[in-house]
Amino acid sequence: MNAPNKSGWKPEMTPDTAAAVPTATGNRALMLEEPLIFEIGGSETTGVDLPEPSEGANRLGGMARTEPFGLPGLSEPETVRHYTRLSRQNYAIDLGLFPLGSCTMKHNPRLNEKVARMPGFADVHPLQPVDTVRGALEVINELAHWLIELTGMHGVAMTPKAGAHGELCGILCIRAALEAKGDARKVILVPESAHGTNPATAAFAGYAVEDIPATPEGRVDLEALKARLGPDVAGVMITNPNTCGLFERDMKAISDAVHAAGGYVYCDGANFNAIVGRVRPGDLGVDAMHINLHKTFSTPHGGGGPGSGPVVLSEALAPYGPLPFTARRPDGTVDLIEEENAGEEHPLSFGRMSAFHGQMGMFTRALAYILSHGADGLRQVSGDAVLNANYLLRSLEDVLDAPFAFSGPCMHEALFSDRGFADGLTTLDLAKGMIDEGFHPMTMYFPLVVHGSMLVEPTETESKAGLDQLVVALRSLAERARAGDMSLKNAPIHAPRRRLDETLAARKPVLAWSEPDVPAGHPTRSEQGGS
Amino acid sequence: MTRYFTEDHEWIEVDGQTATVGITDYAQSQLGDIVFVEVPAEGTSVAKGNEAAVVESVKAASDVYSPVTGVVIEGNPALEDDPALVNSAPEGDGWFFKLTITQPNELDALMDAEKYKAFCDSL
Repeated sequence: MNAPNKSGWKPEMTPDTAAAVPTATGNRALMLEEPLIFEIGGSETTGVDLPEPSEGANRLGGMARTEPFGLPGLSEPETVRHYTRLSRQNYAIDLGLFPLGSCTMKHNPRLNEKVARMPGFADVHPLQPVDTVRGALEVINELAHWLIELTGMHGVAMTPKAGAHGELCGILCIRAALEAKGDARKVILVPESAHGTNPATAAFAGYAVEDIPATPEGRVDLEALKARLGPDVAGVMITNPNTCGLFERDMKAISDAVHAAGGYVYCDGANFNAIVGRVRPGDLGVDAMHINLHKTFSTPHGGGGPGSGPVVLSEALAPYGPLPFTARRPDGTVDLIEEENAGEEHPLSFGRMSAFHGQMGMFTRALAYILSHGADGLRQVSGDAVLNANYLLRSLEDVLDAPFAFSGPCMHEALFSDRGFADGLTTLDLAKGMIDEGFHPMTMYFPLVVHGSMLVEPTETESKAGLDQLVVALRSLAERARAGDMSLKNAPIHAPRRRLDETLAARKPVLAWSEPDVPAGHPTRSEQGGS
Repeated sequence: MTRYFTEDHEWIEVDGQTATVGITDYAQSQLGDIVFVEVPAEGTSVAKGNEAAVVESVKAASDVYSPVTGVVIEGNPALEDDPALVNSAPEGDGWFFKLTITQPNELDALMDAEKYKAFCDSL
């Protein structure tokens, strides 16, 4: 590199000793101590001038509020500064690596954002006449086409709003298909290596849930599954790649066995990022799978935006999928199929998953992502995601116990356990230490099949330099945990707030702000004239 | 009174036809700080090996299985306000529920204290 700064000199970061010197405000230069909005706003302040209500127009029948709202009022600049200051204490994918396993926190390309903000997509309303939104319907239909193409399935329900909603949609399709045959099966099988939402979905849809154990190498026990199949089993919910970060090699055999027993196969597609462009779930006998657009197809999530969980369906289940959906007419236009016009084309639909067409803003972003990557680009996405996870696995397995490393390469995420930590130190302590090192912690204590599990998913969007920094941080923390460095119990020590009491928060949750008791004669901040 | 243990880390103390059920000290130490407990209502029929109660810690939510078949006489009312009792006194004041045993022969398959200790040591 031709760095202009050839001497390599740079000013030092503020030493920790400086933090011990108090400031009058509590602020530390750019680290501002920001109170709650209720503590800085007064109800007499407002950033908006509202006209006085006209006399005699009150039709509230004596129900008009007489007490003040108690809402905090701030001027516009105070409001902007309040939230900007808070945002500076937040961690985001635009700030750094976000290694949350099973969450696929990848970079959200700015091209997606540009497309989503085009007025023809951003400003449409779901109740507009269909003739005025043909372009938006075209986008939904085009995305639906590519989701079907990438998964080798027969149809797709675009309306589910996120992963768990998609799971429910898939299980309701399975139930509708069974009920249409007069077959009231009562049980859904869920392997231990499946996502935690799977048993919740099956139970919510009215099924009894039974576990299928994992093999010592972290995959579904095929023989145990086969032994449990029977006329009462509606289907199986399987996560592939699973939550141990492993590909279920027996997937086709599992599907064949479930189908032979008259059941259906639901696949949790949250980990599709590991196989997109390489494996088509339809070829593995899957009947329904949700796709997290906010994971695999890079739409913002985790506080950055809403989820979207389209469900691809096999030929057996597609007729039962929810309304509304899009369809191309012989004249080339794309139409919306709803209750009014579904009669002939889609008589078996189980109903609606949501009021309208789905998450339009996510559809435009996901389609922009798919089209800008192309087939070769998507293939590279899964390849690089798996490569990055294996780089982490092999860079850390000598200091962090990797329980399934013996069974070969992992997929898009690497799984570690707390084995080898000194007595008294836990996965939680290591995760809190990551905050001090400037990283968002990984997924902790999940999956349950591993003690003190740490599930790390780097995604394909991290460079080798970025991964190496994470490795340096994790190696240091792992070595401290093994050596019994009890200072980890105090982590984080550099964050704006220290470790929170999670037990107290769960046992005695305080979910709403209430005005503290102010001693008489002590003016509140708003009485002092605001900030 | 005799105390038996299950491989799922429940204990059951039998006194004639009735018994008290809870989770063991080993179970509470694995779960960590317990923040919520749901116990079965009086009159609930529970079957051996089926879910009878729910326990939530800061780490995970788990089912508690009934060691034997029976009918619940009482859920521990103290756990609603003070789930931490399960951490501080798992095999005493932190009991989950009392029941009338309907299949006493099911007790034969359970472990005694010595066998349970050996079982935990093997984990």
